[in-house]
Amino acid sequence: MTELSLNILDIAQNSVKAEAKLIELAVEINTASDTLTVLINDDGCGMSAEQIEKVTDPFFTTRTTRSVGLGVPFFKDAAESTGGEFGITSEKGKGTQVKAVFGLSHIDRVPLGDINATVEMLVFYNTHIDFLYRYKVDDAEFTLDTREIKDLLEGAPIDAPDVKVFISEFLRENESEVKKEHIF
Amino acid sequence: MKSLAELKAIKEKMQGQVGVRSNDHAGTRVVVGMATCGIAAGARPVLQILSRLVQEKNIQDVSVSQTGCIGLCQYEPIVEVYSPEGEKITYINMNEEKSREIVDKHLIRGNIVTEYLVGNK
Repeated sequence: MTELSLNILDIAQNSVKAEAKLIELAVEINTASDTLTVLINDDGCGMSAEQIEKVTDPFFTTRTTRSVGLGVPFFKDAAESTGGEFGITSEKGKGTQVKAVFGLSHIDRVPLGDINATVEMLVFYNTHIDFLYRYKVDDAEFTLDTREIKDLLEGAPIDAPDVKVFISEFLRENESEVKKEHIF
Repeated sequence: MKSLAELKAIKEKMQGQVGVRSNDHAGTRVVVGMATCGIAAGARPVLQILSRLVQEKNIQDVSVSQTGCIGLCQYEPIVEVYSPEGEKITYINMNEEKSREIVDKHLIRGNIVTEYLVGNK
């Protein structure tokens, strides 16, 4: 993958398929500890202990259209090749938590890329699922909570053209305020 | 920081519009494969541009959505166009430029762009 935001989109699709009602995404950048941490938590169907063991194996997948599953192995490799770490925990019927820590300034760290496009895609094409997205750089952060947005919309669709434009602007303006002159 | 306060005004404006487009009618369906294979090959910008153009050009009765792995990973990004009658057209190795062409020729004028079809590879 050419951007970490593409890995995040890919991993979050697993949460969508796990029939999550709420998916939490977080990108936390800490310049002091020189880390970039990605968290993806869901309340979907979860995995058995046996499945978790196999999930980082490229030749394990739940799909039937092909026999390889590269999403999790790609993400794990992207983190570990920057001196970072990767972890996945899950409980059947409760949900799954994915955590990847990257060496922020490591030469092999893939750029975060267009994280806003990833969030938009998830929110606009899975309108039945709620998303809580948090973007944090050192002490500055902002969140996008689709539950709050849906409350304010009082039944109007979250994927209506005007709402989409607003959410795009909300993500981009707040991101640029939080990250200031940095590029991650 | 931009707040959510503006949403109230947007909602009120929307309520004033009659017949806000709904996506679940029986029109033409455009589906983009968004599994690992599709995403790695560049499906995200393809889905973005298709969705943006359908909205900007105000093309009626066309919905854009995503799906998982279509099973032809080597041909990703793949875009499937389902006619209202249920006939399926499969475009392969898509990118933003080809997507613009599909919108203009196929979705607006109804002409299938044969050079991007799966059989022509």
